[in-house]
Amino acid sequence: MTSPIEHSEGRDAALDAALRELHREVLAQPLPRVLLDAARRVEDLQLQTAHSRQWLAMAAAVLLAFGLGWSSHGFLPGSPSANLAKGRIEHEFVRQAGFAHAVYLPEKRHPVEVLAAEQEHLLQWLSKRLDKPLKIPNLEPQGFALVGGRLLPGDSGARAQFMFQNAQGQRITLYLGALAKTANATDLQATQFHFEPDAAVPSFYWAEKGFGYALSGQVDRATLMALANSVYGQISPG
Amino acid sequence: MSRQSLVAHIPGLRRYARALTGDAWAADDLVQDTLERACSRWRLWLAGSDLRAWLFTLMHNLFISQLRQVQRQAAQRRAVDLDDVAHELQAPQAAPGLALDLQRCLLRLPMDQRAVLLLVSVEEMTYAEVAKVTGVPLGTVMSRLSRARDRMRELLDEPRQAEPAMARAAPIVVRLK
Repeated sequence: MTSPIEHSEGRDAALDAALRELHREVLAQPLPRVLLDAARRVEDLQLQTAHSRQWLAMAAAVLLAFGLGWSSHGFLPGSPSANLAKGRIEHEFVRQAGFAHAVYLPEKRHPVEVLAAEQEHLLQWLSKRLDKPLKIPNLEPQGFALVGGRLLPGDSGARAQFMFQNAQGQRITLYLGALAKTANATDLQATQFHFEPDAAVPSFYWAEKGFGYALSGQVDRATLMALANSVYGQISPG
Repeated sequence: MSRQSLVAHIPGLRRYARALTGDAWAADDLVQDTLERACSRWRLWLAGSDLRAWLFTLMHNLFISQLRQVQRQAAQRRAVDLDDVAHELQAPQAAPGLALDLQRCLLRLPMDQRAVLLLVSVEEMTYAEVAKVTGVPLGTVMSRLSRARDRMRELLDEPRQAEPAMARAAPIVVRLK
């Protein structure tokens, strides 16, 4: 008697093969007009956005370069595939920042793990866990006071979230941590600064020395940009 | 992404929808709804992520929500498990022997088992991809796949049944797990 496992594997393969043949002819059929039209509408939208995003990124870069006297070495073009891998990592980072923002934003009793009152301990603790000396930006001049911070898991290790709140109760979060490594380790060394219009929560993102930063909040883009500028100016090394 | 890439996924989506619904018209409607949804949600698609997996996810969610709609509409009518009558609800396509049998058996699988089986066997997705598309844990994907294959074997081994009596008044209800 054949073993039941081998027997079932053989039958699985036969079943799969039969299923793959089912409706195979559909693959070769000409596409209905209505489906082609629907696909084109999506693609047109995507093309438009690709352009507007490029424009936005450039505008942000120009503003920053002037505002901060900051070198634009991050905008040297890389190879397309390296850029794609990098883009994926950055998107993932901003997505996680958005999730963390959305989860803790409405929290009334425990918005943070360590309150601003223990700022020194907070900083020591998170610096140790992220293995990098961190700085907490002061956003009081913009009306945002530190609420505190927490440690979060990221796809490539520990991440930290600092929360700030203004007198109207609006909250913004600064999410930071090491980025996942790409094949080309130098990819993520470069500094980038851009608005993420596709993120669930409006976010400004930048990376420096393999560390990613996302400032997220439901505030208008200009306000968020000004805040991001301030954060960048205060915590970027050198 | 280039113009070619989205269009290139349509034949695969059509085939999957066809096997899922068992009906050519319903399948193309589902594909069209999927593309319309992609149109309104494309901002949520992360550039560089897997476009095919995203499109299949949209389609899966649409199919489920359409089934739920049918369930709501039928709430006042006679309650019947869709899995028991699905093979009666679909107009059988003119297809030769085995294909017809296969499609009939597929339609008698619970919807979630059918989807997992098709995604693994026809679309050749990994379990992880299937978990993402169907929004269930990896372990659930594996157990559904195993149950789907067992059930397909039982159904295919059954002697061909007589055509189901069409006398039953079109009952449409869905059981969703």
